[in-house]
Amino acid sequence: MASIFQAVGAARALSSSNSFDSKKFYLTSRESVSERKGSIFVVRSDGRMNSGRVDKLVTNAVATKADSAAASTASKPGHELLLFEALREGLEEEMDRDPRVCVMGEDVGHYGGSYKVTKGLAPKYGDLRVLDTPIAENSFTGMAIGAAMTGLRPIVEGMNMGFLLLAFNQISNNCGMLHYTSGGQFTIPVVIRGPGGVGRQLGAEHSQRLESYFQSIPGIQMVACSTPYNAKGLMKAAIRSENPVILFEHVLLYNLKERIPDEEYICNLEEAEMVRPGEHITILTYSRMRYHVMQAAKTLVNKGYDPEVIDIRSLKPFDLHTIGNSVKKTHRVLIVEECMRTGGIGASLTAAISENFHDYLDAPIVCLSSQDVPTPYAGTLEEFTIVQPAQIVTAVEQLCQQ
Amino acid sequence: MSLIHRSSGLLKPLAAGPASLLRRPFSSATDDDATKITVETSVPFTGHRIDPPSRTIDTTPKELMTFFVDMARMRRMEIAADSLYKSKLIRGFCHLYDGQEAVAVGMEAAITRKDCIITAYRDHCIFLGRGGTLLEAFAELMGRKAGCSKGKGGSMHFYKKDGGFYGGHGIVGAQVPLGCGLAFAQKYSKEDHVTFALYGDGAANQGQLFEALNMAALWDLPAILVCENNHYGMGTAEWRAAKSPAYYKRGDYVPGLKVDGMDVFAVKQACKFAKEHVLKNGPIILEMDTYRYHGHSMSDPGSTYRTRDEISGVRQERDPIERIRKLILSHDIASEKELKDIEKKARKEVDEAIAQAKESPMPEPSELFTNVYVKDHGVE
Repeated sequence: MASIFQAVGAARALSSSNSFDSKKFYLTSRESVSERKGSIFVVRSDGRMNSGRVDKLVTNAVATKADSAAASTASKPGHELLLFEALREGLEEEMDRDPRVCVMGEDVGHYGGSYKVTKGLAPKYGDLRVLDTPIAENSFTGMAIGAAMTGLRPIVEGMNMGFLLLAFNQISNNCGMLHYTSGGQFTIPVVIRGPGGVGRQLGAEHSQRLESYFQSIPGIQMVACSTPYNAKGLMKAAIRSENPVILFEHVLLYNLKERIPDEEYICNLEEAEMVRPGEHITILTYSRMRYHVMQAAKTLVNKGYDPEVIDIRSLKPFDLHTIGNSVKKTHRVLIVEECMRTGGIGASLTAAISENFHDYLDAPIVCLSSQDVPTPYAGTLEEFTIVQPAQIVTAVEQLCQQ
Repeated sequence: MSLIHRSSGLLKPLAAGPASLLRRPFSSATDDDATKITVETSVPFTGHRIDPPSRTIDTTPKELMTFFVDMARMRRMEIAADSLYKSKLIRGFCHLYDGQEAVAVGMEAAITRKDCIITAYRDHCIFLGRGGTLLEAFAELMGRKAGCSKGKGGSMHFYKKDGGFYGGHGIVGAQVPLGCGLAFAQKYSKEDHVTFALYGDGAANQGQLFEALNMAALWDLPAILVCENNHYGMGTAEWRAAKSPAYYKRGDYVPGLKVDGMDVFAVKQACKFAKEHVLKNGPIILEMDTYRYHGHSMSDPGSTYRTRDEISGVRQERDPIERIRKLILSHDIASEKELKDIEKKARKEVDEAIAQAKESPMPEPSELFTNVYVKDHGVE
């Protein structure tokens, strides 16, 4: 089970008041759920589930075992770790595997990363391969892209995704477009990763959702991780991809704990994750909102609903295959995202589903997003900014009544 | 700042080697390679935090002729592009390099194809220097399949991977961090090669340039930043955009060299010197004092912010091709007629390439969706 929120370590930007009080409602109820057996929901995010889609989840480009069925993880002990450790594990495995893989960013080397994703890597691989950059996002992102043009595979860490706005030109024009404008001569196998999303009163500038802004850039892929399992799998897949990939992590998910397989695995970059199969309604979500959705799902199940929850994971391109199959089954769609209402991933997803699956919908698509406001500092206001489980419950009830 | 340098020193043959060199027609090339000619750059180099190299350079008749041929071809290509643009066969933005040929040719003469060059959008001649063909250039300009970027890049996006040419970039200054990335990769892979990252006097005020320079200096990257100072950032003269237009000094802690960019030997010497320097010591800035005859682009007449006298003055006093012509003639390496024939040949080559490029079809509609992602991934 992916339990949430151990005490946060030395991460600089986060406030450290993370002891679990009842205000963190989704935490306490999540814990109580894990005790419920015969539980109707939570599919373990490592892929164990009731439906037959097991092998789809662990699509493994480089399987070390002939059968990469995820169900086998149940019989293996695996090992427990936190999400940031899972990211590091994936990163380290890829750096061991391919000497062209290198990391650059602020405080990734000697400091070990502000969220400890790169802890221990600089002593192991050296200062050039785990490069501490000055605070110059525009140019070190450009530098990574230039290095990628020659065949290196850099991973750029934005200490907070919001800082990458300074590198927008490099990401859009050079990272995304060089493969095309050079007529295919150059590939840009970079990974750009970092934490984003609304945290704990970090203020407007440190609570941004860059996936809205980057989604239109042609030539890039975007994925969002949400569990230690998919964090490691997506990190590895992103590094191996020949295309530029932006991996969105979330500030509040780094301390999720989960048991993941010992053997090597990779998650498919373009695939969505079935979190909880159901019949009544399709709930599409990603990143941290997945947990608000699952919290709401608990309430919904008690009220007699059977929601199907899909973590879309791939923000660009959308996994319309998985999503479409779900829409064809349930005929109702609710999107729950952390982006702002205007121009977010939800807006694009709404359009995509409308265009492709209009005939299968019994009701208009509902999209719950954050408010179109800068994220305020005050805790109560911050809570109003993002979608809360109660709103999700209400939306499902309304949708299902139609 | 006067743009016109007296180059009378150039007209006197210096230390012309064996006397038998005189009156030997170029076609009997038996020991042209061995014959040494010593020339002096028109002006000495000026150094910032560095001792400049000597202004006395050795060359050979063969090299002189190669310079002439290459620059004549480049000049002809750009003039032809002007006509094609006016006939609406080239659209969008077209930034021409005529006047600046010495930078492209001199740099190429000092380096190998394993060294990297990256530049901004005034890239046609550098592309040629890196081994690109006239056909690839004209086809790309006209948006045809046979173009170096399959017609999908255009004037500002010429690339030649196997020639070590990394483009071709439209956003001012953005190529400099990329260039530092190329140098980073060279250091990472422990190659003995260097990167030349070119930018203009307009881009010299970009913040990302200084960011990149800081990193290059911090990590001793083999990066040579080359400011092609043609004195105008589109319509804005350098003194109106830069508090300090001494671009070779702007690196502060990074050494710099000011070079007469209209003198191909000065450029060659400076690039050779820079390459040796950066492999041991980290980055250096080269400021090439050069000039463009055309406006910033084909949409800019180029005469609203500078006088026609200035343009024709530079053409008379400092034209890079004329310099080489005079050298060749004064050393009796070839005759006037032979040189004119070479120019005619260049014109013919260019015309043929244009004709061939016109035959090349437009890209297929399906090409709209190719190369967005690497094959077999993503949305194709």
